Amino acid sequence: MADQARARAESIGVSIPTEATVDLSKRPHIGETIIQAILFICGVLSIFTTVGIVWVLFQQAWLFFGDPEVSVLEFFTTFRWVPEIGLFGVWPLVTATFMTSLIGMLVAIPFGLAAAIYLSEYASDRVRSVVKPLLEILAGVPTVVYGYFALGFITPLLRNIFGINTVNIYNMASAGIAMGILILPLIASLSEDALSAVPQSLRNASFGLGATRLETAIRVVLPAAASGLVAAFIIGISRAVGETMIVALAAGAGPNLTANPFDSAETITGHIARISGGDISYGSIQYTSIFALGLLLFVITLGLNILSRRLVARFREVYE
Amino acid sequence: MSAESINPEERSVGVLPEGPAVKQNIARRQLIGQIWRGIFFFAIVFGLVALLTLILDVVNDSFGLIATQSEVDEQEITGGRELEDLSQAELVAILNENLSRRVLTRLNREQPLEERDAANLVEVIETEVLKTELVAVFPLWESLTQRAAIEERVTERFPRAELSWKAWVNWDFITTPMSSVAFNAGVRTAILGTLWVTMLTALIAIPVGIFAAIYLEEYADHRVWYNKIIQTNINNLAGVPSIIYGMLGLAIFVRVLEPFTSGAFFGVSSGGGATLNGRTILSAAFTMALLILPVIIITGQEAIRAVPNSLRQGSYGLGATKWQTVWNIVLPQAFPSILTGIILAVSRAVGETAPLILVGASTFIVTDPNGPFSKFTVLPIQIYTWTQQPEQEFKIIAAAAIVVLLIVMLFLNATAVLLRNYFRSKRVSV
Amino acid sequence: MTTYDIDSSNANAIEARDMSIYYGAFRAVNKVSLAIEKNKITAFIGPSGCGKSTVLRSFNRMNDLVPTARTEGEIVFRGKNLYAPDVDPVEVRRRIGMVFQKANPFPKSIYENIAYGPRINGWRGTKAEMDELVERSLRGAALWDDVKDKLQQSGLSLSGGQQQRLCIARALATQPEVILMDEPCSALDPISTLKIEELMFELRQRYTIIIVTHNMQQASRASDYTAFFLMNSERAGELVEYGTTEQIFHNPKDERTEQYISGRFG
Ligand SMILES: Nc1ncnc2c1ncn2[C@@H]1O[C@H](COP(=O)(O)OP(=O)(O)OP(=O)(O)O)[C@@H](O)[C@H]1O
Ligand SMILES: [Mg+2]
Repeated sequence: MADQARARAESIGVSIPTEATVDLSKRPHIGETIIQAILFICGVLSIFTTVGIVWVLFQQAWLFFGDPEVSVLEFFTTFRWVPEIGLFGVWPLVTATFMTSLIGMLVAIPFGLAAAIYLSEYASDRVRSVVKPLLEILAGVPTVVYGYFALGFITPLLRNIFGINTVNIYNMASAGIAMGILILPLIASLSEDALSAVPQSLRNASFGLGATRLETAIRVVLPAAASGLVAAFIIGISRAVGETMIVALAAGAGPNLTANPFDSAETITGHIARISGGDISYGSIQYTSIFALGLLLFVITLGLNILSRRLVARFREVYE
Repeated sequence: MSAESINPEERSVGVLPEGPAVKQNIARRQLIGQIWRGIFFFAIVFGLVALLTLILDVVNDSFGLIATQSEVDEQEITGGRELEDLSQAELVAILNENLSRRVLTRLNREQPLEERDAANLVEVIETEVLKTELVAVFPLWESLTQRAAIEERVTERFPRAELSWKAWVNWDFITTPMSSVAFNAGVRTAILGTLWVTMLTALIAIPVGIFAAIYLEEYADHRVWYNKIIQTNINNLAGVPSIIYGMLGLAIFVRVLEPFTSGAFFGVSSGGGATLNGRTILSAAFTMALLILPVIIITGQEAIRAVPNSLRQGSYGLGATKWQTVWNIVLPQAFPSILTGIILAVSRAVGETAPLILVGASTFIVTDPNGPFSKFTVLPIQIYTWTQQPEQEFKIIAAAAIVVLLIVMLFLNATAVLLRNYFRSKRVSV
Repeated sequence: MTTYDIDSSNANAIEARDMSIYYGAFRAVNKVSLAIEKNKITAFIGPSGCGKSTVLRSFNRMNDLVPTARTEGEIVFRGKNLYAPDVDPVEVRRRIGMVFQKANPFPKSIYENIAYGPRINGWRGTKAEMDELVERSLRGAALWDDVKDKLQQSGLSLSGGQQQRLCIARALATQPEVILMDEPCSALDPISTLKIEELMFELRQRYTIIIVTHNMQQASRASDYTAFFLMNSERAGELVEYGTTEQIFHNPKDERTEQYISGRFG
C-alpha cells in the first residue's frame, strides 16, 4: 500500500522523504544566530547613548568642579552667574527656568486639560477626527518657529497690553506663553489618553444615578484618571524645563535673578545655547561649565520622567 | 419621592429636592454644565487660534511692501531706459563706464564681464553702480491696509526711495546662498545642509531603530535583566532634552571622534579649514540619529506589537524560522505604522535646532555642502541666527525661511500619509 | 415633570407603549408594549441579542448616551411620557436607578460611592444624616455587616458579589422608585447570586424591579412576572409573551416560549 502511494507520488514529481532522510535533531542556524546578534547590538546601542551622555556630563562636570575657581558649594549657594569673572552661582539660571516653565504650565495645563476633557467627554467622533490632527500639527511645529512667534508676536502683544516700560523686549512671560502653546497639544493628547482609559462602565454608573455630563466628567472620570493626568503634566513640565529655542530667542541673554516675568532672564538651556553658539575654546572653564549645567538639566528631567512613568504604571494597574 | 413609598417608621435623612425644587435643581446643574462645556470648547478654539495666528504671523512677515533707495538714479546711467530692457553689451558698457578700474579688475577676476548673462549684470549694476539699498520693510497686513500712511512716511524720510511689493519667499530666495545683506540672502546652503543632515540621519537611525524594535518585540525575553534595562533605558532616553544630545555630540563626535568626523582619517579635507574640524554634517547626522532613535524604536515596537499573533503562528506552523517569520510576515504587516513613526521622527530631525547649535552648525556659510565632511548650516539654525539679528529685514527673511521650513515639513508629512495609505491598501487585511 | 400622577390605584409603575429602538438604520427593538406592575419583580428573558438590554435601558433613557440610538413610542412613568421633549434624562435616571451587568463601583471609598448620588442630586443634610443615609443604603443592600468597619476603603477592594451589592446600595441612596438590573448576577458565583436574589425579594416591598437574566432558574424562582423576547426575521427584537412567571413557565401560550423555556431553542 505505502509503496504504491509512494510510487504514485513520485510519478507526479513529489518526493516524499523516507525515514532515513528525516532528521529532527536540533541544528545550529548560523544565519539566524548572526541576525539575532545584529539585532541585539542595535538594541544595546541605546545603552551606549545613555552611558555616553552620563559619562560626558560627569567627566566635564568633574573638570568644572575640580577647577580651583569653583566649588559645588558655590554652585548651589550663591546667586550670581558671571563666568567672565568666575562667578558660578546657578540660581539665576534655575529660577529663570522655573519661571518660564511655570508660565508655560499655567497656559498648557488648563487649556490642555480642558481640551482633553472636551475631546474625550463631549466631542463626537467627527469633531475628534478633525481636531486631533490639527493639534498634532501644532505640536509638530519646530520650536525655533515658536521662538520667532514669541519674539515677533507675543512680546509686542504683551508690550501693547502692559506698556512698553513694564515689559522688556526680551522677557520670560513671552517665552513662557509660547512654551505653553507648544506643550498644550502634548498635555491634551496625553490627558485624553488617560481620560479615555477610564472604563465606560464608570460613566454609565454615574449617568445612571442622575449625574449630568459635567458632574460625571469632574467627579468620576477626572479622579479616576488622576494619576494618568498628573503623569501627563509632569511630562509637560519636563518638556518645558528642557526646551531651548524659545527661551534662547525670547527670554533674553544674560542670567538675571528676578521674580518679575516681564524681565529678561536666561534659563539653563538658553545659557548653554548662547555660550556654545559663540566661540569658546574646548577645555576652558566656560566650556566645562555648560556641561555642569547640562548635568543638572539631565538630572531634573530624568527625575521628572521617571516619576511620570511610575504614575502611569500605577494608573494602568488600576484598570488592567 | 412620593409619600407612598416612604416607610412611615423611618425618619427621613437629609432632603433630596422634590417637586418644583427638582426642576430648579436640575436647571441649575444643566446650566453650569453648559457653561463648562463652553469653557472646555474654548480651550480647543484657543489651541486652533494659536496655530492660525502663528501661521498668519509668519506669512504676514514674509510678504509686503519694501522701500528701496539708490545712490545713483537708474535713469541717469541708462539714458531713460529700463535696465531690464538693455542688451548684454550695453550693460557691460555701463559697468565699464561707471566703475573704477580696481572694482572692474575684481569683478573680471571673479568672472569676465563679457561672459556673464544679462540678469547677473543687472544685479552687479544694482549693487555696485546704483548701490540700491533696502531702507524699509512693511508686513503684509500693514501694506494692505495702510498703504497711504506708508507712502507718506517713506517719502518723508527717504525722498528718493521707491516703494514696491516683494514676496520674500521666492525662487531666488531658495536658490541663492547666504549673504550678509538681508536683501540678497537666500537659503540655498541651508536647504542643502538640511537635506544632507536629514538624509544621513535617516540612513543611520532607520535601520538601527527598526532592528532594535524587532529585537525588543520579537527576540528579547523581558524577564531577563538586561532586556529590562534596555527597555527602560530607551523609554528614558525619549525624555532627555534635545540640547543634551547636542552636548553628547559636541563631546564625542566633534571632539573625540574628530579624525573620523572631519574626514581626515579618510583623507578628505574638511571644508577648506587648515585645522581639523569635527563640526561636520557627519557629526550632526550622528547626533540627530541618536536623538530620534528612541522615537523610532518606541513607535516601531508599538507597530510590531499590533501584528496579531495568529499570523506569526501561521508562519511557524509552516516551518518558518524566526527571522523568516519576522521578515516575511511581521514586518510587512507592521510597515505602514513603522513608516508613520519614522516620518514623525525624521520631521523632528528637520525642525530640531538646539543640538546643532552645540555640534556647531556654521551661522555664516556660502559654499554648498558637498559631502558628509563639509561644514554646514541648516534651515532652523538659519532661522535662529536671523531672528536674533536686531534689524527688521533679518526678521523678515527669518519668516521667509520659516515658510520654507514649514513647507518642507508639510511635504514630508503629506508623503508619509500617502505612503501609508498606499501600503495599507496593498496589505492583505487581517 | 412638575406634576406627577400620584394615583395609587394605578398599579403600574412604568409602561412601554409601542417602543421601537434603532441603532443607526438598524431596528433593534420592534414595537414593544408592556406594563410593569408596581412593587413586583419583572424578569426579561430571551436569547442573546434580542434587545432585552436595549428595552431595559430605554426605561431610564440610558440609550441617549449611545450617539446612534433613536427611539419611537412612549415610556409612561407617573402619567408622563419620559421621551417627551421637556423631560430631562438626568431626572429620569434619578427616579429610575440602574444596576449593570458588571459591578462598576467608582474608584472611591465605599462611603463616597454611596454618597455620590445624593450629593450630585442636590441632597441637603448634616454629616450625621449622610452617615445614616449611607448606613441605611448599605443595610438595604444587605452589605452593612460586611463593610461597616471599612467604609473608607476603596470600593474596588470588595469581592465581586460585594461590589455588585455596593452598586445596588449606591442605586438605593438616590431613593429611586424603579430599579433596572441588567444581568446583575452573570459574573457572580452561586452563593453571591443567591444573596442578590434574596435581596431583590426584600427590595420588592419598596421598589419596582426589572431584571434581565439568562438564567431560567433565576427568572422562575425570583420573579413575579416574565417577559419573553425574541428576534423576528429582520433581527429586530419583539415581545413574544408576557405574563405571570407562573404562567410563562408552566403554561406558556406561545409555542416559541415553550421551546425556549424547555431549552429546545436558541
Ligand atoms: N451601542 C450599540 N450600537 C449598535 N448596536 C447595538 C448597540 N447595543 C446593542 N446593539 C444591537 O442591538 C441588538 C440588541 O442588543 P441588546 O444588547 O439589547 O441585546 P440583549 O438581548 O441584551 O443581548 P444579551 O443577552 O447578549 O445581553 C443587537 O443586535 C446588538 O448588536
Ligand atoms: Mg444584554
